[in-house]
Order: sequence, then structure tokens, then C-alpha cells
Amino acid sequence: MSSVPVSAFLALALILFCIGLYGALTKRNTVIVLISIELMLNAVNINLVTFSKYGVNPSITGQVFALFAIAVAAAEAAVGLAILIALYRNRRTVNIDEMNQLKN
Amino acid sequence: MENAWLIPLFPLVSFLLLLLFGKKLKEASAFVGILATLASLVYSILVLLERLSEPTYKAETVWLTIGDLQLTAGFEVNQLNALMLVIVSLVSFLVHTYSKGYMHGDERIPVFYAYLGLFTFAMLGLVISPNLLQTYIFWELVGVGSFLLIGFYFYKESAKAAAKKAFIMTRIGDVGLLIGMILLFWQTGSFEYDEIFAAVEEGAVSGTMITLTAILIFIGAVGKSGQFPLHTWLPDAMEGPTPVSALIHAATMVAAGVYLVASMFPLFNASETAMLTVAIIGAFTAIFAATIGLVQTDIKRVLAFSTVSQLGYMMLALGSAGYVAGVFHLMTHAFFKALLFLAAGSVIHAVHTQDIEKMGGLWKKLTFTGPLFLIGTLAISGVPLFSGFFSKDEILIAAWAHGNYGLFWLAVIAAFFTAFYMFRLFFMVFSGEARSEMKNVHESPSVMTLPMVVLAVLAVVAGYVNTPWFGSFLGDWLVEGNEALGHGHIAGPGWIMIVATAVSLLGILLAWMMYSKKSISRDWLSSRAPIVYGIVKNKYYIDEIYNQTVVFGAKAISLFLRFIEIFLVEGIVKLTTAAVQALGKTGAKIHSGQVQTYGTIAFVGLAVLMVIFALTGGYL
Repeated sequence: MSSVPVSAFLALALILFCIGLYGALTKRNTVIVLISIELMLNAVNINLVTFSKYGVNPSITGQVFALFAIAVAAAEAAVGLAILIALYRNRRTVNIDEMNQLKN
Repeated sequence: MENAWLIPLFPLVSFLLLLLFGKKLKEASAFVGILATLASLVYSILVLLERLSEPTYKAETVWLTIGDLQLTAGFEVNQLNALMLVIVSLVSFLVHTYSKGYMHGDERIPVFYAYLGLFTFAMLGLVISPNLLQTYIFWELVGVGSFLLIGFYFYKESAKAAAKKAFIMTRIGDVGLLIGMILLFWQTGSFEYDEIFAAVEEGAVSGTMITLTAILIFIGAVGKSGQFPLHTWLPDAMEGPTPVSALIHAATMVAAGVYLVASMFPLFNASETAMLTVAIIGAFTAIFAATIGLVQTDIKRVLAFSTVSQLGYMMLALGSAGYVAGVFHLMTHAFFKALLFLAAGSVIHAVHTQDIEKMGGLWKKLTFTGPLFLIGTLAISGVPLFSGFFSKDEILIAAWAHGNYGLFWLAVIAAFFTAFYMFRLFFMVFSGEARSEMKNVHESPSVMTLPMVVLAVLAVVAGYVNTPWFGSFLGDWLVEGNEALGHGHIAGPGWIMIVATAVSLLGILLAWMMYSKKSISRDWLSSRAPIVYGIVKNKYYIDEIYNQTVVFGAKAISLFLRFIEIFLVEGIVKLTTAAVQALGKTGAKIHSGQVQTYGTIAFVGLAVLMVIFALTGGYL
């Protein structure tokens, strides 16, 4: 069980985070952007769990934190999607390029 | 005398009233001005009468305290000041009255009277100042008044140019006065006349410094009194209305330079070099301006050059230790020159031209102005029994007694020229055939002739206050209690009076033969020596020389500075604004509202920070 090295977990988290970041910065569909953000959050969760098990000072706190993050992410997804639906009803689009009202 | 400070305030009140209510008063503004100067005149005469029997009165209060230094302000009524008060307020009052007729119908009469009030205030303030600093303040105010009045017809280009020229030329002299004043303060620690003279007498100031300060102060007087080489503004100043020329450029402001030298006389008297400078400049100016006056054809310009010449006489007198002679001539000149200018104004008023070539035969038509002008001409020419005769005689005696023989003969020749050009003017204007175009010539109203009559009476009798025959009352009174000023009467050889009379009569005779009887051709000299004629006619090309040198130099410097301004200063300013603008525009472009762009930039920024962090090992 301990044959998997720490670096593998961290590499997985890194790859996941990069995919999420790429998606968040490049995709035009707002739904995809939200999903990408979830990916980045989960990459962070993997990091938290990894260090709580194999860190310099292993402790249960990391796993508790990960659970918190999942709960908050769920709430965030619910609110985000609700806002998105409201926006869609208003603007008839989910294209993120057109959502630039904050400019002025 | 305790309330002599009120005298300048009357015209000031008139000035302020006319500024506020002039538009409503319209032509009635004249009465405000006339009443104010009348009040000044009456009060001045009372002060003079009081001063005849009482000693000098002086009152001062502390004006400014700077550290240990206390500057005072106040007024002083000594003999010279009391006399000047009467001269200034009298001429000012007469000119105010005269202007009522002369300026009749002009829309800007309130403005005119307001300016006259300002000028009279400044001039009266100048002559009762007890210290140099106060003198300097009023000195500049007088310059402002003169500037405003010369430029009264500001819609005429020539009047504008003349006003600027007068102001700038006198400013050049004022710089000398200012430096001299500061040097004196540095040496004696005071601006007070009394303390300065006391320090000079005690020998607290070195001889070189006395000479230097005296000459610097004299430069101020040269500027104001139109002495060579700063005389060129005075003839141009004739662009102003004629009553203004009578008040400012004949009787009062130009006499301020003479007054300044007279009131600083103990300082000048302490330096032989300074005295000689004053005398030489004065004598040279007297003959120099007289030669120019010989050929001018503008009635006011002839009078202007004669003023310059007569002021030169006064300077010559002061430079020859003839304090009394200088002040005496200042007084008589104020009367007869103001008379001449007012009479000239009356002539211009009647014929609407200033060119004497176009005049002639006015004697019969201007039955008042003609004889009055003749009286003024006789007085200035030094014909016996008129005031100019006595004062000019005093000056000649002073020059001779002081040993300035060369300058004495220059002054005699100048007297000859004076008699000649004044009578040339008189004959050309009044004798001969009337021109056909001079049809509607009419005599001036009595509001204009009466002031002239007063001046004419004074031009005749003013000389008798100081004569070798009946006693020198004025002279004895002027120097009373002050030995530094010299004697009340300087004795001189009797033949001087005969010579002076002879040259003036000779000048009149020559003018009569040339311009009235025409037994000598007018072109006798100009056809024989056209070059000389050309030079004199063009006023020795002094204006042209100044244009080619000083004005040109100033313009070159200003052009150079202009280039620095455009390319260097403005370049830097524009570069700064351009940089800030570019920064702003770039910032505005980034601020697009695209959330993904923001994210990218934040991420790139984080990456850059981390790279820096990694490279520096976290020690930044």
C-alpha cells in the first residue's frame, strides 16, 4: 500500500489543477468554467489528504479540511449554478465573453 | 501744517469716487475733480503761508517692523516741499478746470478725471515724503499715472506705443534710483533724508560711495526728467491729451527728477564728481534738445523739446551748486510752460491740427490765446521783466560762479536757441496770412482761457520773488536754517545779465526776420547744410540707434529664450503628460470586463512572483 510514492499523488493533483486552470481560463461556456473550478478544488483536496497521510507531521486535520472544502464546494456549485440560470434567463446566453457588465 | 497729509488725499478721494460713480456722473465728473484739487490748492496755500513763519514740521509713525529694523512713514513740510505743494496743486487745479472745456464731448471724461486725480495724488504725496522709500513708492505711482494718461487714447497705436515707451524708459532710470537707495540704506541704515544727510556730513560714508549713490539717484532723475540719454520718451508722450502734457510733461512729473536732486542736494553737494556729472548732463541736454527744437514742425513736440532743454537748465543749476536757481527755475518754468501747453491746446482745439506748417495768421482769430501764448513765449525766452528772465539769469550766474565756464557758454547758446525756436513757433502759428482751410476757427470757451490768464499773470510776476534788484526773498527763505544748501543769492558779474538779454533778443530778432518779415530765407541753413539739417530733424537718430542696439538686443535675447521655452521647457512638459497618458490608455485596455483575462493576468503575475521567489531563494 505504501508502494505509491508521495510524488505520484502530488503529480496527480498538479495535473488535475492545471487541467482545471486551463479550462477555467479558456473555455467560453460558463458551465464548463464552473466544472473546471471544481476540478481545481478537488486537486487541492488531494493535496490536503496526501499531506495529512504522508506529510512531515501527519494529522487528521487535513482530512477534516478536505471534507469541509467538499461541503463548501457543493454549496458554491449550487449558488453558482443558480446565478448562472438567472443570468441565462436574463441574457439568453451562457457565453462567458458576453458577461462583461462589471467593466463599467 | 499738522494736517498737511490731507492735501494728497483730496485727489485720491476724487479718484475713488470717479472710479465708483463715474459712469453715472458723466460730464459732471469734472466738478468732482475740480473741487478736490481746489481743496488741495487752498490747503497748500495755507500750509505755505504757515511755513513762511514757522519752522519745518515733520510727523512720522512706524510703518513696518522687520526684526530690529523699523521703517517709518509720514510727511514733512520744509520750504521746498511747501513750495512744490503749491506749484503742483495750482497747476493741477488749473489743468482740471481747463480740461472741462478741452475734453468736452469726450465719452471717457470720468476716466480722464479719475486718472488726473490719481496722478495728482501721487505727485502731492511725492513732494511731502520725508524718506526715500516713501518717495520711491509715490515716484512709481506718478509713473503709473503718466502711463495711463499718455495712453488715454489707447485706440491709437501711436499712443499705446508712447505710453509703453514712457513707462519703460523711466523704469530704466528707476532701477538706478532703487539701487542708489538700497546702497544708501546699506551705508547709513536709514531711508530718512535727515539721517542720510547727517551720516554724509559726519563722514560715515566713504567718498566713493557718496559719488556712486548720488550718480545712481541722478540716473533715476534722468529717467523721470527726460535728460539725455533717456529723453526720447518725453516728445513721444505728447500723444496724450494736451492738458495732460501741460500737467505731467511740463510742470510736475518731469520736474520730479529735479525735485529729487534738489531734495537730495546735500548728498550731491558732498561729491564734486557727482555735481559735475549733473551739471554736464544738464548743460548737454539743454543745448542738445534746443537744437532739435529748432526744426520740429509739431507744435507740441517743439514744446516737449523745449521742456527737455529747460529741465537740462535746472540740472545745470543744481550741478553748479545753484540750489536756489534750480528750484526757482523749476517754479517759473512750471508756470510758463504749463501756460504754453494750455495755449497750444487751445490752438489745437481751434484748428484741429498740430502741424505748425499748416497754421498761420491766427493772431486775429484767437484774440485771447494769441497774447497769452506770447506772454509764455516771452517768459521762456528770457526777455527782461518776465519771470523766465530772472530764473535763467540765476542759473547762468550759478554756472559762472561755480567755475563751469564751458557749461556757462553752452547754456548761453542754448538760451539763444530757445528764444529763436520759441519765436519761430510763435510767428509760424500766429503771424502771416491765414490759411484758407482755417475757416471755422473759434476762440476757446472761458473755462479754458481763465486758467491760462492765471498762469500768464504768474508767468509775468513769479520772477519778482527772487530778483537781484528787489531782493531774493525766495532764495533766502529756501535755504533758511540749512547751510548745506548754499546761499540764497549768488553774486555774479553784471555783464551776465546783459549777455543773457542780448542773446534772447538776438534770437527773437532772427526768428522775426526769418519767419515773419521773411527777409532771410527759411531755407538759408537747411539748403546749405542738408546733412546737419537731416540729423537734427531726425533728433540725432537717437531713437533709431536705440532701436538698432538696445531694442534689437532685447529682441534677440527674447527670441533665444523663446526657443528654449518651446523646445526645452515645453518638451519636458509634453513628455511627462504623454507618458502618463500612455500609461492610462494601456491600463484602460486591460480593464475589459473579461473575467478570464483577469484570471490569466493574475495567474501570470503569480507565476512571475514565484519565478522571482525561486531565483532569489526567498530572500527578497
